[in-house]
Amino acid sequence: MPDALYLLAALLLPWLGALATALLPANARTRGHNLEAWLAGAVALLALIMVWLAYPAVAAGGVVRLAIPWVPQLGLELVLRMDGLAAVFAVMVAGIGLLVVLYARYYMSPDDPVPRFFAFLLAFMGAMMGLVLSGNLIQLVFFWELTSLFSFLLIGYWHHAAPAREGARMALTVTASGGLALLAGVLLLGHIAGSYDLDHVLAAGALIRAHPLYLPALVLILLGALTKSAQFPFHFWLPHAMAAPTPVSAYLHSATLVKAGIFLMARLWPVLAGTEAWFWIVGTAGMVTLLLGAYVAIFQHDMKGLLAYSTISHLGLITLLLGLNSPLAMVAAIFHTMNHATFKASLFMATGIIDHETGTRDIRRLSGLNSSMPFTARLAMVAAAAMAGVPLLNGFISKEMFLTETLTAASAPTPLHRLLPYAATLAGIFAVAYSLRFIHGAFFGPEARDLPRAPHEPPQWMRLPVEVLVFGCMVVGILPAATIGPFLDVAVRSVLGPATPDYSLAVWHGVNLPLAMSLLALAGGALLYRLLQRHLNAGVEGTPLLRGMDGRRLFERAMVFLSWRFARTLERLLGTARLQMQLRLLVCVTALAALLALAPHGLRLGSLTLSAADPVIALVWVVGAACAIAAAYQAKYHRLAALMLLGGAGLAVCLTFVWFSAPDLALTQLLVEVVTTVLLLLGLRWMPRRLEQPGAGAWLARLRRGRDLTIAIGAGLGLTVISYATMTRLSPEGISRHFLARAYTEGGGTNVVNVILVDFRGFDTFGEITVLGIVALTVFALLRRFRPAAESIGAPEARRGQQRGEAHAWLLVPGVIMRWLFPLIGAIAVFLLLRGHDLPGGGFAGGLMLAVAILLQYMAGGTRWVEDHLRVHPLRWMAGGLLLAAGTGLAALLAGRPFLTSYFAYADLGWLGRLPVASAMLFDIGVFALVFGATVLMLIAIAHQSVRSQRAAPPPPPGEPATPGDD
Amino acid sequence: MELILALAIGILGGSGVWLLMRPRTFQLIIGLSLLSYAVNLFIFSMGRFPVGAPPVLEPGTAGDPAHYADPLPQSLVLTAIVIGFATTALFLVVMLAARGLTGGDHVDGRRRG
Repeated sequence: MPDALYLLAALLLPWLGALATALLPANARTRGHNLEAWLAGAVALLALIMVWLAYPAVAAGGVVRLAIPWVPQLGLELVLRMDGLAAVFAVMVAGIGLLVVLYARYYMSPDDPVPRFFAFLLAFMGAMMGLVLSGNLIQLVFFWELTSLFSFLLIGYWHHAAPAREGARMALTVTASGGLALLAGVLLLGHIAGSYDLDHVLAAGALIRAHPLYLPALVLILLGALTKSAQFPFHFWLPHAMAAPTPVSAYLHSATLVKAGIFLMARLWPVLAGTEAWFWIVGTAGMVTLLLGAYVAIFQHDMKGLLAYSTISHLGLITLLLGLNSPLAMVAAIFHTMNHATFKASLFMATGIIDHETGTRDIRRLSGLNSSMPFTARLAMVAAAAMAGVPLLNGFISKEMFLTETLTAASAPTPLHRLLPYAATLAGIFAVAYSLRFIHGAFFGPEARDLPRAPHEPPQWMRLPVEVLVFGCMVVGILPAATIGPFLDVAVRSVLGPATPDYSLAVWHGVNLPLAMSLLALAGGALLYRLLQRHLNAGVEGTPLLRGMDGRRLFERAMVFLSWRFARTLERLLGTARLQMQLRLLVCVTALAALLALAPHGLRLGSLTLSAADPVIALVWVVGAACAIAAAYQAKYHRLAALMLLGGAGLAVCLTFVWFSAPDLALTQLLVEVVTTVLLLLGLRWMPRRLEQPGAGAWLARLRRGRDLTIAIGAGLGLTVISYATMTRLSPEGISRHFLARAYTEGGGTNVVNVILVDFRGFDTFGEITVLGIVALTVFALLRRFRPAAESIGAPEARRGQQRGEAHAWLLVPGVIMRWLFPLIGAIAVFLLLRGHDLPGGGFAGGLMLAVAILLQYMAGGTRWVEDHLRVHPLRWMAGGLLLAAGTGLAALLAGRPFLTSYFAYADLGWLGRLPVASAMLFDIGVFALVFGATVLMLIAIAHQSVRSQRAAPPPPPGEPATPGDD
Repeated sequence: MELILALAIGILGGSGVWLLMRPRTFQLIIGLSLLSYAVNLFIFSMGRFPVGAPPVLEPGTAGDPAHYADPLPQSLVLTAIVIGFATTALFLVVMLAARGLTGGDHVDGRRRG
């Protein structure tokens, strides 16, 4: 089992390191300790050690696996799984990561926010580690998207530069769209295989290839892989990603990010490969990319641009190998992936050194660096030779294997197969040409005089990563079987299993056709470079023959179309900014949905015998309905009347609750009615005056109103019919029986509604009071910046009279009574709270009641008087209430029960009676405090505006302009 | 009885919907309140209409659904009432802020040209 824990550590360490680095101050570097670099280096080293510790189990032919179930019903687990292939990639991620951290320590300028850089780098390492160690396909896609995200952040690290932003955006758009396709493909794959578990999927290869959904799944997954690995026609993002700092390019664009696509194709090779479709898609994309990338690379003037296109070409080579459907080609693909990572990372680093020490990486300006930085020059030359495929270096051996494979494949009947050896040789010629250009252009020729900085050798430690990698190139190139052999073997066996072919890793295979092709490529490349010298020295931008083909321009045109023209057209056609239209559509769509749901069954009324109509309720609802209609009619010009009528309708609802055995509801409804009415009354004062205009409204407005009236009547009718149809049926057996039966025996209360609220569904209630608190705070925050309209700033007419001393005796008698009532109402509030568990009442009603008590004081004494005499701290009430409710829930956790489990007992208070002491009671007190606090906070916040605005008010305008009504 | 309440729900809901489509913020608030009455009543009606049988048990017994009103719709409606109050307050403040910022009380913040 410790093996599995090593994996977990290898995954978590980079993430924890990223978090810790991100928390370092931005100037940590200038304090001189390089703390962030040390931290990042230590994390990378530890991750490498963790992978190394888990490796023996893998080398023995096993699979290290750790599964942490999450939602097993949906097949979602965190599965870490390392076999040979994953191990090779994990070593590259951690190992090259370590070297890049060391390199970046010297490369990055202290002026940059370096902790941010290392935090992103480590997070990327964590994402990559998660990707290669995933044992679950969904999890793999998750980490896949994380790598896209962090590569975006890393490419755009110098976000003050426009190319960095554009390059980052382009990389993210392309790779993340590919990621979406990949997710869809993986979902299909999981659907076919019946599981997202990698082991399961890998075992279901034959089933998957025979499935009718194989082709869609394949295309979608390959879309993901080919975009990530910058394969034609998605290759255009990689050169633009070179705007990233060079350590990022060395890490992401040689060894990790772009290899993720290769990794995925190799990972799923046993499942997806072996078909015609696989060969045609993967093989074609690989071959075109191989040739195109190599050709374009020759004509790049920027050293990083050259390396970017060379990377594209090498990725094409690996993709082509994977596409050949041959186990031996698979061996070559994995081998070349490792080799490419070493020589390309070192070349990127060498380019970074040149850029760092001379101030430019334009090959046209650079020249003769061999004399000023001889050591770096030697290193770069060896690495470039490996890239060109010169014998005795690692690139030669894998390239030789590639050439052999193309020759083997050429015996197949299709023209594409027969073309392969020629294409491979041609690409080899191009590769030699651009490698020569890289070396010859930068290091030979006369010494450049006009460089931004005087070139010299970099610090020794900055060169060390390059030395390590170049050493690797040479050792593997000279003694392949003794060094890389065992690792390659483990990786290949993990993919191919028993089908692993015999292959020999040797430098010398005798004089054969592949060797001849290699030599031809070397000679041809040198000749080509010689012939092109004049053209290249002229410094012309762009690639001959391919000038018209610009992926970037096409991409930008597509983006403009999608995000601007197309989006605007859609918005114009389908969108509206007008609330009325939106609500109208909402109502109509709802009605339509109801009709559609009814259509197949038809509407039938239920067969239940109706209960006898009670004249009292009938009367109540005659009044209630009249109130509702009148409120709807009056809400425009007579707001106060509409408000009163709304209250009338509310009271009818309230009476209905009383009548039909819902005392709790009636109580709450009544209190809410009171508070709402007062709230709206307080708000009315700020509304513009609106005078009814006789005969207002043109025929168009009348038409609009007629249409709305039709919709409203339709909606009302629909509601009536549906309600009636429902009420005339028996309600289905729900969970109410269960609540009724257990309210007392297990909840300890006789008021079932209250027990449901504070116990059975306490978590809902907890969420609800949280919402209430948030709303109150929002109200408070919105009103802090409240700026009333100019014409409503002055005091209202009644108050002006009061201020002039005309109405001293404003509500004198009621005022006194209301003040006296305060303790009484307070006592009732507490009473309601305490008895709530057994009788109608409870925290909601109690809290509202206490708020009403405060409200009455405001009405009796005015805002200023209350604020002088009574200090209510609504925020403290709210905080206390929420904490108490949460604390009650958490206490159950301490007792080892689920959150909000309640406990109850009765406390005997002698002649006062028996008080139920349930933990739910404490919860209810929390509800009480929060409801009280929130309500008072809202009321006070609105009421306080009158005082506040008048203090700063200019003298009231003489005549307030009336706004004429319109519809 | 069922017919009366069904009509009540329809009238409350219809009035609410009518007000929703009006151009003034205050109309919208009244409309939403009316609509929430209708919805609350509708949910409440899922427990049908028992008279004189509030879901308050005799101490020490397990309740029998035949003798008590259904407590579940009641507790759902109770929370709905309180949340409805909160949203009304929020709408009111948004209405006031919009009134202060735009100078008018049209729902779109400006009068249609």
